[in-house]
Amino acid sequence: AVVSSSGINAEYGVLAVERRNTINSLLDDTFGSEKIYRLGSDVACSVAGITSDANVLTSRLRLIAQRYEFTYQESIPVEQLVRNICDIKQRYTQTGGLRPFGVSLLFMGWDARYGFQLYQSDPSGNYGGWKAACIGHNHASAVSLLKQEYKEDGCSVKEALLLAVKVLSKTLDINKLTSEKIQIATLTRSGDRTVIKVLNGDETSKLITEYEAEAKRLEEEKKGASGSKA
Amino acid sequence: SGINAEYESSGINAEYGEMVQGYKLSPNAAANFSRKVLAKALRSNPYMVNLLLAGVDETGEPSLYFMDYLASMAKENYAAHGYGSFFILSTLDRYYREDMSKDEALDLLKKCIKEVQSRFIVNLNAFSVKIIDGNGVTEVADIPGRGTVHKDVPLEAIHPLLAKA
Repeated sequence: AVVSSSGINAEYGVLAVERRNTINSLLDDTFGSEKIYRLGSDVACSVAGITSDANVLTSRLRLIAQRYEFTYQESIPVEQLVRNICDIKQRYTQTGGLRPFGVSLLFMGWDARYGFQLYQSDPSGNYGGWKAACIGHNHASAVSLLKQEYKEDGCSVKEALLLAVKVLSKTLDINKLTSEKIQIATLTRSGDRTVIKVLNGDETSKLITEYEAEAKRLEEEKKGASGSKA
Repeated sequence: SGINAEYESSGINAEYGEMVQGYKLSPNAAANFSRKVLAKALRSNPYMVNLLLAGVDETGEPSLYFMDYLASMAKENYAAHGYGSFFILSTLDRYYREDMSKDEALDLLKKCIKEVQSRFIVNLNAFSVKIIDGNGVTEVADIPGRGTVHKDVPLEAIHPLLAKA
């Protein structure tokens, strides 16, 4: 399976950009959002790695989140959720003789204390908070691209979305980006509710078109500049 | 009121939680957690304890939770437990306002104490009053404890706690 994720911390929301598996005409695609999981009212995650391992972890994550909410009548703080699952992942590296989970996770979430957050965790059970991150296929080149393009002083959700599309289009092994090949989710606040939204096909296509138009414009500007030098 | 030794363990839980997370438990979370403890024990080994849980959250917003031994809970602006509640609730209904200052609230509390000391059959002279705010929990020192006892009776004779330090 080839999956690429990137999460970008913007001022109003956090994004996870996903890639769907290879397009096979025999695949039944009536069910959406296979790799973006809602974990609670304020947290979502995306995965890269062995899907079956990922399913076990996401089921566990949802239980942890809901158990907390049942006891405290409050959303679980994002870091606590991440720490809990990472403690479980770590156990598989030290005890029992079982193999670790072959999954990397990107969490995007909001809580009242720290606002919007992005966390990445790996099979060792290690986790870190990030401004922008990438996991999955070609994540190294994606991360270096993010390092260049990510703006320290924040950007709007729209800009962050376009940046994510850009990173994906440059790191995935496909010629043309279409809405079937990627999946995007945003997490924003509206009043005192958190809204986790997976963009539908049309919205994704619009975003891709917008990105391509912008990229083309920049190409032409460069050409024009180098042309005038000659 | 009631048997409250077991409750100390919940207090230690809150302290532990603060160390692990790096921040304090919110009053809402603490109250719901406590209520859950009461509810789980209710049908096997119930806690015979009524609670008033007061706290201030990170933003400075105060809250008061009324809980009873049957694990019911309500978030209120004012509340009372015990026999005194039969008298106090009327006083509070009449005089409580949402925009009260701290001093006005203390005056209202003194009114409630006076009411209990006047109307309740048992003589209650010593009251412990605490204020919970951004500075934590502080004991209020000047709550009168004489009640309806004659003015010539020395305070120490009423109760050792009333003796001047």
